[in-house]
Amino acid sequence: MTKQVHLAAHFPGVNNTTVWSDPRSGSHIDFDSFAHLAKTAERAKFDFLFLAEGLRLREQHGQIYDLDVVGRPDTFTVLAALAAVTDRLGLAGTINSTFNEPYEVARQFASLDHLSGGRAAWNVVTSWDAFTGENFRRGGYLPQDARYERARTFLQTTWELYDSWHGDEIIADKESGVFLANNQAGRFEHRDGHFDIGGQFNVPRSPQGRPVVFQAGDSEEGREFAASSADAIFSRYGTLTEGQAFYADVKGRLARYGRTPDQLLILPAATYVLGDTDADAAELARVVRRQQVSGQTAIAFLEQLWNRDLSGYDPDGPLPDVDPELGEHTIARGRASVRMYRDPLATAAQWRAKAEAEKLSIRDLIIEVTGRQNFIGSPATVAAAINDLVQADASDGFILVPHITPGGLDEFADTVVPLLQERGVFRTEYEGSTLRDHLGLAPLPTDAAPASARVAS
Amino acid sequence: MTAQPAATPLHLAVALDGAGWHPAAWREPRARPAELFTGRYWTDVIAEAERGLLDFVTIEDGFSLQSAHAERVAGRLDAVLIAARVAPLTRHIGLIPTVVVTHTEPFHISKAIATLDYASSGRAGVRVRVSASPREAALFGRRTFPALNLADRDDPAVRQLVAGLFDEAADFVEVIRRLWDSWDDDAEIRDAATGRFIDRDKLHYIDFSGDYFSVKGPSITPRPPQGQPIVSALGHATVPYQLIARAADVGFVTPIDAGHARQIVAEIDDARGAAEPVRIFADLVVFLGHSEAAAAERKARLDELAGYEYTSDATVFTGTPAQLADLLTEWRRAGLSGFRLRPGAIPDDLEAITRDLVPELQRRGAFRTAYEADTLRGLLGLSRPASRYAYLGSN
Repeated sequence: MTKQVHLAAHFPGVNNTTVWSDPRSGSHIDFDSFAHLAKTAERAKFDFLFLAEGLRLREQHGQIYDLDVVGRPDTFTVLAALAAVTDRLGLAGTINSTFNEPYEVARQFASLDHLSGGRAAWNVVTSWDAFTGENFRRGGYLPQDARYERARTFLQTTWELYDSWHGDEIIADKESGVFLANNQAGRFEHRDGHFDIGGQFNVPRSPQGRPVVFQAGDSEEGREFAASSADAIFSRYGTLTEGQAFYADVKGRLARYGRTPDQLLILPAATYVLGDTDADAAELARVVRRQQVSGQTAIAFLEQLWNRDLSGYDPDGPLPDVDPELGEHTIARGRASVRMYRDPLATAAQWRAKAEAEKLSIRDLIIEVTGRQNFIGSPATVAAAINDLVQADASDGFILVPHITPGGLDEFADTVVPLLQERGVFRTEYEGSTLRDHLGLAPLPTDAAPASARVAS
Repeated sequence: MTAQPAATPLHLAVALDGAGWHPAAWREPRARPAELFTGRYWTDVIAEAERGLLDFVTIEDGFSLQSAHAERVAGRLDAVLIAARVAPLTRHIGLIPTVVVTHTEPFHISKAIATLDYASSGRAGVRVRVSASPREAALFGRRTFPALNLADRDDPAVRQLVAGLFDEAADFVEVIRRLWDSWDDDAEIRDAATGRFIDRDKLHYIDFSGDYFSVKGPSITPRPPQGQPIVSALGHATVPYQLIARAADVGFVTPIDAGHARQIVAEIDDARGAAEPVRIFADLVVFLGHSEAAAAERKARLDELAGYEYTSDATVFTGTPAQLADLLTEWRRAGLSGFRLRPGAIPDDLEAITRDLVPELQRRGAFRTAYEADTLRGLLGLSRPASRYAYLGSN
C-alpha cells in the first residue's frame, strides 16, 4: 500500500542554515514572520509548524556568538498567537524539561491545546548543563544517565496531570446550577525521587487529551524513550541508507511497549533548494552554501573541532598544521554540535586529507563537510525524492527547514506539494481538525488508561 | 452630582475572570460557560472591551483549582497564552495577563511577555502576583509554606512570610526588566562585510544575584517593541504598596471611598519618590442596570443563585452607568489615574461598561473617543524608555 507522506515546516533556526544576508531575508522576531510561515504551511496542508528553543545565547571564546541569527521568541507564546491566524495547522514546540516543572508545562500545553482546538505538540528535550542553568533559579547539573530518567518521569507526570480530568466533568448546566460534576476532578498525586507533588490540576481535559509528543535525541536512551513514549521522532537521518537503518531500529523497539509501527512517526529534518531545472537548483545550492558558510563562519566551525583560537587563519587558505586541543571543550558553549566530534584528531586528519586531495581552502572544506542540502532539484525531482524515501521506509515524511525567513517555504508549497498531491501521497484537504488526526494517530480514549500502562517495559 | 468636563480623561480597564466575578455569573442567560476554555470566547470578550476603547484588559490566573464547589466555575487556562491567542485579532487594547511569580522563572516570564509584546505590536503588560498558599506550593513541590491565616496581618509569621514573598517579587520584576533591556534596540546589524548578525557589544549580561535567585542573561528575545512592557500589581496594604511603588508602572488598589483612595495614592506616591508616578487604578466590582433598582435586582438574583451575598476585596458597585460615571468622576479627583472594573457577569456588565458607561463618560469629556496611541505605554501616557544598558559599550 502506498504510504502517505507527512510534511511539516521548521521555523528557520539560530544557526548557519538560516541565511540572513540575503535581500529576501526578513525579521526573525516580528510576529508577521511566524504568521507568514504558518499560513504558508497551512495553505500547503502541512501537518504542523515546529519551533526550536535554546535558553541561553551561544558563546564562542567566552563571547556571544554573533555570526548566525541570534534571538528568538518564547515558544508557547508564539504558538498560542499562531493559533489565532491558523485553523488546522499543528503547533509544535521544543520545551526543555530541565528548567520547568511538570505542573506548569502541563498547564501550558493543555491551555495551548484548548486555545488551538487540539493542535498542540511538545518536543521534549533535556539539558542539564550549568551554562544554561545560569539563567534559571533551578540551575544545576545532572549527569547524562540521570537526564533521561528525569525527562521520562517529567513526561509521565504531565500525563498524570492531563489524565486527571476525563472530559466529562464540566456540565455547566445553568438550570440545575451544576458546573462541575465531580469535585475530585483534576486530583493527582505523584511522589518519587524527582517530583513530590499533589493537588488538583486546574485545566480541564483538552481536545487532544494530551499534546502530541516529539522526541529528538539520538542516543540509546533517547531511542528507547521515543519507543516507549513519543508519537513522533524528529530525526537527523534524512538519507536512504541511514534513514532506513534508523527507521528499522526505532520501529523495531515498539512491540516491547505494546505499540504498533504506525504509532510512532519518523520525521527527519530536511533542507532543500529548488530550481526550474536540476542544473539550476544545483547552481543555486552552491550559492546558498557559500551564503551559509562565510569565511568567518568557516573559521568558527573549525575552532569548534580544533578547540583552539584559529582567528589568525585565512579562510581562503589551507587547514591549520596544529592538531586539535583535546580535553574539556572551552571554545564553544551552548551548542549541541561540539559533542558530535567524538574523536577530534581523527576527524581533523580526515579533513586535512580531503582538503589536500581536493585542493580545498578552509571555507571550501567546511562547505563540503557540513550541512549539504537534503533535496536539490526541480520540483519534480524533489517530489520524487521525498516520495521515494518515504515509500522505502527511510522516513514517514520530513520536517522542512527553509533557509530564508519568512518566505522560504512559499515556492515549495506552490510547486512541490501539488506534485505530491498528484501522486496521491499527500492530502489535498485536512481530513480532521486535530494534530493527532493529521498524523494518523488514533484519538486517546476520553477516559484514558492510567499513564503508567504505556510506559511499562 | 453635576457633570464637569475632566481636565484629563480617565483611564479605564476591565479585569476578566471566567464568566465574571460573581460566582453565579455563569448561570446568567447570556453567559457562555461551556466556552470558557476556548479561544473564541476570549476573543469575543476582549474584542468587546476594545470596541469600548478601554485602555487594557487584565486576565486573572492562578495554579490552584478555584474551588471544588459543584456550583462554581472550576478550571482556567494560562493567562499569558490567552492574551497571546487574542493578540493578533485585536489592534489597540492592552493585554495584561496575571503571572504568579512565586513559582515561575523570571527568564521564562520575561521572554513570554516580550513575545506577547511582539505578537501585539506593543500592547503587552504583566500583572505580578505572589502566592503564599500551601496548596499552590504543593503543586510544584519545590517549597513549602506554613498554613497561616493570611488575613491576620498582625501575626508576625504572616508578616515575615508576606514580606519575603514581596521581596522576591521585587527581585523578579527587576530581573524581567533587566532582561527586556538586555538587548539594545539597534543590536541587530546584519553586517555582511564582517559576517556579523548582531553587534555583541549591544547585548548585555544582566548578572543579577539576589536572595532568591541569580540570572545571568542576556535574554534570548530581543528588546520588545515597547522597550519596557507595563508591569502592574494589585495591593491592599503597605507591603504590596511598596512593591507597586518600587517596581510597577500601574497599581491596582481597592479603596472604599474617595478619601481612602486619596490616602492610598499618597502612600504609594511617597514610597515612589521622584520617579515617573505610578498610574493608580481603583478596582470596583460592578453590577449595572438601566435603573438602580434593576441593577440591585440583578445582583440580588445572582446572590440568590449563589446562596449567599457576594462581597469582594474591592468595593461592589450596584447602579446605573450614569451613577457609576458620577462615582468615577468623584473618586478620580483623589489622584487616581483610572479604574479597573471587574464585571459582575459577562457579557452583561461588560457590555454595560463598553456601550453605556463609556458613552456617558465621553459625553462628559472624561474618556477618549478614539484610540490615540498604538501601544499600551502610549495609551497610559508613558514614553518608550531607553534601555538602561544602552551606550554602555562592551558587555
